[in-house]
Amino acid sequence: MNCIIVDDEAAARMIVSHLCSQVDNLTVIEEFSNALQAMKFLNKNDVDLIFLDIHMPDFTGFDFIETLKNPPKIVLTTSNKNFAIEAFEYDCIVDYLVKPISLPRFLKAAQKVESFQISSAQPNVATSASRSEESTEKEMYINIDRRLIKIEFDKIYLIEAKGDYILVKTEDKNYTVHSTLKKIEEKLPDSLFLKVHRSYIINIKKIIDIEDNSVLIARDVIPISRSNRPELMKRLNLL
Amino acid sequence: MEQPNLNYIKELAAGDEGFERKLIEVVQKELPVEIEEYLANLNNAAYLLAAENVHKLKHKLGILGLEKGYAIAIEYETQLREGNADLKNTFQSILNACTNFISGL
Repeated sequence: MNCIIVDDEAAARMIVSHLCSQVDNLTVIEEFSNALQAMKFLNKNDVDLIFLDIHMPDFTGFDFIETLKNPPKIVLTTSNKNFAIEAFEYDCIVDYLVKPISLPRFLKAAQKVESFQISSAQPNVATSASRSEESTEKEMYINIDRRLIKIEFDKIYLIEAKGDYILVKTEDKNYTVHSTLKKIEEKLPDSLFLKVHRSYIINIKKIIDIEDNSVLIARDVIPISRSNRPELMKRLNLL
Repeated sequence: MEQPNLNYIKELAAGDEGFERKLIEVVQKELPVEIEEYLANLNNAAYLLAAENVHKLKHKLGILGLEKGYAIAIEYETQLREGNADLKNTFQSILNACTNFISGL
């Protein structure tokens, strides 16, 4: 796993770099004293992980994250504990280290990163298998309050977009996740799921009935947009 | 009064004397610059900027093993953000202790 360190303080970069050297399979490929340099680097290079200082002059760590289209995993490093809540509003943020960082705490963060790599790799398998081919994945993992929760695809009724969050309704429970409909759509198997409206993806096996421009799933009546209706009708086993 | 020490640095280095030396050198180089910037902002009553400087200095206090000093820095940073510099003398004595300590290494 390769990583970069972004921190305006040389001592902080040196400490993180030294801590990284204590972890197998974690290589620091570059260090940056400001976010702008790091952004330029990331435009041309792939990294697995960023150790990112929140408190930098001109451009905060959060500003930096907002500029990244596909952010890698990020471990925040800061001298301020008060940013923790804000930090976990970002899916890409795996952990939050308060300076000065100790080796045991750093190792714990490294373990977290590794487990996130594994969990996020599973849905990616489904994506790379191409949505036209049938995925062998039967479940996905979602990040709720720093816990990875397994959800079986066939237990999901529907997914609803709610601003910066999505609501995943399942047979057992509903989950609110900080993500987008587009992002989860890429992880779901084509054979089961269909986007029927800009705010809804449904499990077509869970449809109870369809009436005009709405579909009944469990107890929810979901609108079907005009543009999505033909695809839905095509997918149904009509008599 | 709590005294600066090398406990954190030595624990981190775990016997790696090269790393220990380099980290001390970086602290010796960065700390005076950060203090100078902080004092300039404080003297200009630019409290928000001074708070930013204290935020940075806080990490150095942690590196130099000052747990109480770190806690004072947190409080002082908050005060400065509210336009209050009541803790400036207390903080200055912590900075002085750090300066004396690193110059003697």
